[in-house]
Amino acid sequence: MDVSKRQVGDVTILDLKGKITIGTGDVQLRNAVQDVMNSGANKVLINMGGVSTIDSSGIGELVSAYTTATNRGAKLKLYGLPDKVSDILTITQLITVFDVYDNEGDAVRSFA
Amino acid sequence: MPEEHRFHLAIGSRFENIELVQVVLKDCLQREGMDKDALEWVDLAVREALANAIKHGNEQNPTKQVHVDLRVEAEELVIRIEDEGVGFDPTRLGDPLAPENLLRPNGRGIFYMKSFMDQIEYGAGLGGGTMVTLRKRIRGPKAESPQTDSSQD
Repeated sequence: MDVSKRQVGDVTILDLKGKITIGTGDVQLRNAVQDVMNSGANKVLINMGGVSTIDSSGIGELVSAYTTATNRGAKLKLYGLPDKVSDILTITQLITVFDVYDNEGDAVRSFA
Repeated sequence: MPEEHRFHLAIGSRFENIELVQVVLKDCLQREGMDKDALEWVDLAVREALANAIKHGNEQNPTKQVHVDLRVEAEELVIRIEDEGVGFDPTRLGDPLAPENLLRPNGRGIFYMKSFMDQIEYGAGLGGGTMVTLRKRIRGPKAESPQTDSSQD
């Protein structure tokens, strides 16, 4: 999986691309979220649009990222979920936990 | 109708080997005429079974193998995945949808498998490890995607 970081105003965006699966993508996601949290970011947006596959370890990392952010008083939100990822979050009922947006504009504005 | 054997693989207990199985699995399921959507759900279920076998069954010991056997029995896909660990009791796992477990980072693998396949069974493998059997109808009326309506049981 590839992770890149960019800034839109005071919102830090992580663009994910590829597989978030055990042993590779899950560790990269954990490290990326840890890095932005350690940098003091408190508005974090994860762009899921490029995610091709996510297994239960990847979902677990998203949950950990959410709880880490919340425990630090930060906000972590998702946008651009591919259909399969959206189905998985629905099946696991995590769609009720995360703030999810269709597009980047709406997601960024939601932090205001 | 006699069962048709498609493939048997034995992989070392490394997560990167999951991708090797996926390549063979995808090729096999495409030959069976499985559509892309159904194939992706089976792919995910098999990933979970392999990850469990490598992580919990064989404890990532690269000298221990995970055995993957795929057959088509009548119109049903049957995938058996066996580790060389000490066995496993799936009844000890909590419900990942229970409110107290919803924010746990782990414990969803078997739930994934149950959601994406028609049936899963756990049992003892021939070598004393754990064997999980995943079944999915690949032709006929039940060959469909998992329910995403959370109101379903």
